Formats: sequence, C-alpha cells, structure tokens
Amino acid sequence: MLGRPSPRPRGLPAPVLLAPAALWYAAFFLVPLGFVLVFSFLTSADFGGIEFRFSLDNYPQLLRSPIYLKVFFNTLVMAFAGTTLCLLVGYPLAYFLATRAGRYKNLFLVMLIVPFWTSFLTRTYAWLILLSNSGPLSHLLHQANLLQGDLNFLYSYKAVVMGVVYNYLPLMVFPLYVSLERLDKRLLEAAKDLGAGRLATFWRVTVPLTMPGILTGCLLVFIPLTGEYVIPAILGGGKFFMIGNLIGDEFISAHDWAFGSALGMAVIVVLLGLIILYFRAARRASSADMAL
Amino acid sequence: MGRLFEPALRGWAALVYAFLFLPIVVVVIFSFNASRLVDVWSGFSLKWYGIAWTDPSILDALKTSLIVAAVNAVFATAFGTLAAIGMQRVGRRMRTAFETMVYGTIVTPEIVIAIASLLFFVTINVDLGIPTIIITHVVYNTSIVALIVRARLVGIDRTLEEAAADLGATPIQTLRRVTIPLLYPAILAGGLLAFTFSFDDFVLTFFVSGATSTTLPLKIFSMLRFGISPVVNAVATVMLAVTLTCIFTASLLVRRHARGEGEAGLLLSAARSAAQRRAA
Repeated sequence: MLGRPSPRPRGLPAPVLLAPAALWYAAFFLVPLGFVLVFSFLTSADFGGIEFRFSLDNYPQLLRSPIYLKVFFNTLVMAFAGTTLCLLVGYPLAYFLATRAGRYKNLFLVMLIVPFWTSFLTRTYAWLILLSNSGPLSHLLHQANLLQGDLNFLYSYKAVVMGVVYNYLPLMVFPLYVSLERLDKRLLEAAKDLGAGRLATFWRVTVPLTMPGILTGCLLVFIPLTGEYVIPAILGGGKFFMIGNLIGDEFISAHDWAFGSALGMAVIVVLLGLIILYFRAARRASSADMAL
Repeated sequence: MGRLFEPALRGWAALVYAFLFLPIVVVVIFSFNASRLVDVWSGFSLKWYGIAWTDPSILDALKTSLIVAAVNAVFATAFGTLAAIGMQRVGRRMRTAFETMVYGTIVTPEIVIAIASLLFFVTINVDLGIPTIIITHVVYNTSIVALIVRARLVGIDRTLEEAAADLGATPIQTLRRVTIPLLYPAILAGGLLAFTFSFDDFVLTFFVSGATSTTLPLKIFSMLRFGISPVVNAVATVMLAVTLTCIFTASLLVRRHARGEGEAGLLLSAARSAAQRRAA
C-alpha cells in the first residue's frame, strides 16, 4: 500500500502554458492565412473589397498574364543570383573567419552581426546616399579619374542585387562558418599528403564536407529573399519589381484582393516546395550537421 | 597562386567588412553635417537633430513606435516564455506540432503575413491602428522569444524545479520563484529583441497601420519620397542608436549567463529569424 509515492505536479500543466501562444497563433496567424486561401478563390469587387462568389479565375489569371509570370520569373532569378553571390562573397570570408582569424575571431564574428542588427530600413536607405550621383562614392571615383559623367547606379537591377547581398550576407556566412569551423583539419592534411593540390583539396574535400553549411546558408538566404519587399521598393526605385511588391500593390493600390491572395498562395507553395527539396538534399548530403 | 592566397584572403575579408560598415558610417556622419546637401560635407552641426526633434509628425511617429514596441514586447515575452516552458513538458508529437508552428511564423514571408493580417482585420471589420500593429507584431515576436528562452531552458537543471515541488511549492510558486529566475537573462534578452524587431519593423506595420498611425520606419519611408534629406539621416541615426543599444544589452545578458554553444546557438537562431522578418 505504501509503495510508490503518487507523482507530484511538477509545475503548471503544459496546456495552460502553451495556450496563450497557441491561441494567438491560431487567431492571428492561421486564421488570416486561411482567409488568404479562401479569398484566392473569390471574386474581387470593382472598387476594392471582395464579393463572396466562388471563382477559379485567379490562378489561371496568374498564368495567363505575361507580366505576372515575368515578375515571378524575375523574383526567382533574383533569389538565385542573390543566393549565389552571397555564397561567392561569403565563402572566402567564412573560410578566413574559421581558419585565419585567430584570437580576434569573436570580435570578427560580432562585427559581422552588428550591421545586421542595425535598423534594416536605415541600412538600405544608406545606399541611397552612398551611391547617389553626387554622393561620396561618385565623388571619389571622379577624383580618381575612374569615372566620367554620372554614376547612375541607383534605381536599377544592379542596385537591388547589391542591396540584397548587403542585407543577406551574414545569413550565409554564419552557417558556412560553423561548418568550416567543424571541419577536421587532419582531413585536409591527409589530402595534401596523398598528393592533392590546393585546388583539388578544396573541391574534393573542403566543399563536400561543408556542403551542409552551404545548403543551410542558401536556404536561409533564398527563402526570405523570395518574399523581399523593401529592397526593391527603395533601391529599385519602381523600375524593378519582385513578387512581394506585386502582392503588396494588389492590396494597396490595385485593390484586387482575390488576385493578390492567389499571388500570396503561389509564393507559399513555391517556398514550401523549396523547403521540401532542401530537406531531401540535406538528408542526402549527410545528416547530423544539418540540424543547425 | 599559393603565395597570393593569404593576402587575397585577408584583403577579401577587409573588403567585405568595409562593404558592411560603410553605408552605416556614412549615414551617421552625414547626420551631423551642417550642409543642406546630403552628400557634401561642410562642417559639424546638430541642427538636423533639432529640426527632427521639433517636428511634431516625427515625434508622434517616435511615440507610436515606442508604444507599439513596448506593448508588443510585454505580450510576446509572456507568451513566448510560457510557450517555451510548456514545450518542455509535452509529448513529442505535440512538441513537434508546436515547433512547426513557431518556425512557420518565422519562415512565412513577412509580406504574406502582412496581407493576410490586413485581409483578416478588414474583413472582420476591425479598424486599423496601433492595436492591429501590435497584434500582428506579437505573432512573430512570440516565436522569437520562445526560441531564445528554449535555448536557455536546455541548459538549466530540471532537478531544481523538482526539488521545489518536493519541498512543497505549488506549481505557480515553482514557476515564479524557480523557473523564471533561472530563465531571467534569456527572458530579458528575448524581450529586448522583441522590442527591437517591432521598433524596426516596416513591412507588417506598413500594411496593418491604417491611415492614422505612423511609426518611425513608416515615417522615414514616406520622407524618402521627397528625396534624401539630412533630417532623414538624423532620424535614421536615432533608430540605429535605439536598436543597437537594445541588441547590445540583450547580447551582454545572454553572454553573461550562457556559455559557448548556447550563445552561438542563440545568435544563430536570432540571426536566422531576423532574416525572415527583414525580408518579405
């Protein structure tokens, strides 16, 4: 009878603890997303607003119109280009941080985060000053006789790409750094001892072993980049649109909510597909390290 | 090639760091510029701060931003902390479901959450304004706080909670006097990050703010339509100062109380989540 003591309550029951967040998520995240899904199958009223009439027109409209397809295509190209550039710029930096930074490593890492933590809008806006036709960079280039005439860099595709690399670079560098840091240096020596040159060692040992970091970095950059809104709005100057801007415009100026919802759903579907692909690739690329 | 490798690597790192810091430095420097022209230096002056400080629309935006960020931080910290503790205490399946939700709010592009919330509020006839901004911000920031507090929870000794229970503490006493004090640095850090993210947010706010409420980032954005002005530089520098102060305080708190992996993990997960919210 005396046997084991009855289990004591170890704290508040989990449902009580989870309830506020769960309710909030349900009411203000899941339900609104559900609205987007439903609205994407409704009809837009003529002057904004929505008619509760079922329609399958919104998704075909997306495919029919060359403009929308073009923006979708542009967005994916931008996301691939931005991700690739971040990788190309970030890999040598991560390599430097992991192997050469020595005792200043932590300082370098913190310095990588600092700009990342500053106001996003301010950072993007800063490029407007720096790169304007009468700005400091243009001034320097003129003085060095490297530039005649106007710089004309802002409000272009190039400017958006640069803004993207600027804002997303740390996201790429961190996972790369983590996987390079963990890389067993003895394997590099072994490759060297076995007669591999520097390049061969890099391509056949370093890159495959850091593949998890590469994949994670690419995912961390690619996903948010696909939904980017602010950078094209500021640095693109209305000349270059991404799908995020298109979605926003449907709600702010065009007032075609049904179609805007369909665009939103399309983005979600594309991203989900990519995430699934990533996890497949990740499982293949080896396992443990991906869990970052 | 071998001989050039080392200097090239170092040079590259230096270039990238210059690239990262140059724009920020330029904004700060030119905010102290006496000249009206934004891109020509003509001496030190604080006058743009003075002008910003006496512009009622800028002050209003600052006030709105502070209210939104603070209220959001309180809610997000409470919800996120409780959720993090709760997640430790449920079965695997429930935990996975909840984690999926947390990551889902972080991974979904901000623009999609923004239009979803707009649709939702307008359809159920809620007036857009400060409350809708806060509600929308809390979704994302709850997830941030939950992730940060969880990272810390993994490191604490659960036997302390059990000891409290064995010594007769009620569940609420255990939570208040044992669990929360142990988690305190992470909670504070999470709260500060929630404050910062909200203070800095543009996209969500832009869509759910309605016509009457303007936050500082919205104000900067609308000022940009009339071109770059030194006043924008001053306002932007103030935003920089606020976000940096919060972030440094948060990271000091975390650093003092967490070691090694915990800290790195926290920075990484925070950085990762930040990406999401910045994007979209």
